[in-house]
Amino acid sequence: MTTPEPDAKWELRLYVAGQTPRAITALQNLERICEEHLAGRYTIEVIDLRERPQLARGDEIIAVPTLVRHLPEPMMKIIGDLSDTERVLVGLQLRQRPNRP
Amino acid sequence: MARALEKVSSGVAGLDELTHGGLPRGRPTLVCGGPGCGKTMLGLQFLVRGALDHGEPGVFLAFEETAEDLAVNVASVGWDLDALAAEGQLITDHVRIDPQHIQEAGAYDLEGLFVRLGADIAEIGARRVVIDTLEVLFASLRDQALLRAELRRLFAWLKEHGVTAMITAERGEGSLTRHGLEEYVSDCVLLLDHRVAHQVTTRRLRVVKYRGSAHATDETPFMIDEQGFRVMPLSSLRLEHEATAGVVSSGVPDLDAMFGIGGCYRGSSILITGTPGSAKTTIAGSFARTAAAGGQRALYMSLEESPAQLQRNLASVGVHFPEQVASGRLRLVSTRPSAYGLEEHLALLLHEVNDFEPDLVVLDPLSGYGLDGADRQAMLTRMIDLLKARSITGVFTGLLSSARDETDLGISSVIDTWLTLGNIERNGERTRTLAIVKARGMSHSNQVREFVLTDEGIELLDVYRRGGDVYTGAARRQRMEEDRA
Repeated sequence: MTTPEPDAKWELRLYVAGQTPRAITALQNLERICEEHLAGRYTIEVIDLRERPQLARGDEIIAVPTLVRHLPEPMMKIIGDLSDTERVLVGLQLRQRPNRP
Repeated sequence: MARALEKVSSGVAGLDELTHGGLPRGRPTLVCGGPGCGKTMLGLQFLVRGALDHGEPGVFLAFEETAEDLAVNVASVGWDLDALAAEGQLITDHVRIDPQHIQEAGAYDLEGLFVRLGADIAEIGARRVVIDTLEVLFASLRDQALLRAELRRLFAWLKEHGVTAMITAERGEGSLTRHGLEEYVSDCVLLLDHRVAHQVTTRRLRVVKYRGSAHATDETPFMIDEQGFRVMPLSSLRLEHEATAGVVSSGVPDLDAMFGIGGCYRGSSILITGTPGSAKTTIAGSFARTAAAGGQRALYMSLEESPAQLQRNLASVGVHFPEQVASGRLRLVSTRPSAYGLEEHLALLLHEVNDFEPDLVVLDPLSGYGLDGADRQAMLTRMIDLLKARSITGVFTGLLSSARDETDLGISSVIDTWLTLGNIERNGERTRTLAIVKARGMSHSNQVREFVLTDEGIELLDVYRRGGDVYTGAARRQRMEEDRA
């Protein structure tokens, strides 16, 4: 997996099912991480599946919250309230995964 | 007071029989089995028949196959899934889970799945749901405790929505399912088995559990072919066959005369047993030819001879087929016993019976169906039952290993009429004999009759008695000479 271009514009989507405490936590965690690592070059769209249920199918969402990195490619998915920052960074390719034998 | 459990048709007639009406309405049914054993097919049939026959739209939530895969798989059965979808009768929703690209970073639940399924159900007003297979979730998500909690929630959710659900799962090693799904889905549990014995594939289905309902507990064979998923239960114990009027002639007048009604009952089962070369096929052929000549339709299924061989051999003893075959009233089908599993033999018979609609069917010989023991006996009983249920006269030949009044076919109790053929060796010659062992519902001769095969057909010789003895063969001729003198 190659790391994305440093100047690429990031498009992130956070899927939730209603404004639950977990959803709010996920958004807060996401904003914090983005500010720290992607300042000025990201957008976050929050999609509430309760309001737009057909997107669950279209975007293959099973777990909530789910964070999807649409751009840059390839598409990455991370599920959970994003409280595990390290995992989030690895999942977004902002941190290299430790080399595996 | 307990309310009777409401059931929905499973879409498979034989399975509805085994479960006394079908699957529990509004509840989840668990279908477990190994790979390739037919779970997906059963699920699709449950939905397709539900839509076509009962006006119940359905949702197929597929975790492994895509909608295209599913449509292609069932096209050979003649179901057009795309058409059903277009009519709002079916939604096939393929859920793609790619474990490599999912990172788990914190707490989550599976509400997205609920939303998705809920939207599918709402879109077409679905009454039936199939989820195939939940195993994929176990493989993809690390948090097993969460998964179990969400599954419990899912089944409760399905019940709340009043849909009748079918959940498929992989067979486990020590337990029923690999991940213990039977803990959550236990209203009705079906087990599909797929095994190879004697190089023949056999599929079996069993109702492991059905809360609140009586059900058959035995393993039952099933098949998947161009008619879909078919279960063939052993139903002879119901004994609902209507008694039929009408007499069937064997084509041999003296043999007919041995029966109290002048022949056999139409729609009855007639077994002809004897040692090799005792003329069983000749008599069976005579029944068939006589039926066809009398304007009926006769089907002759041979497991030992080709149609040409059969016709030639029978012609030499005065039983002529060609005219009846040409008229279309007599059909000859030859199959090699080793070519098919027992279930396929049954399916072939069913196919021929449906296609040709015979009044009389010959199966020659029954012992040619291979294998031994309970499997074959069960299958033979099913075949006999199939014919009886349609009031088709059945003529079956069976081999006796020695000239005893027993067979190892194990079906004599379901046979109405039993004719046994023998060869008596005495004074250096062999004499052919026949006798009626049993003829249910009528009186019959209990004499052992001598007969000969001429090129005009079978001729029974008069019983020659003198001084309390019966004389046959050369002794008979000698005695007749002496008496004339």
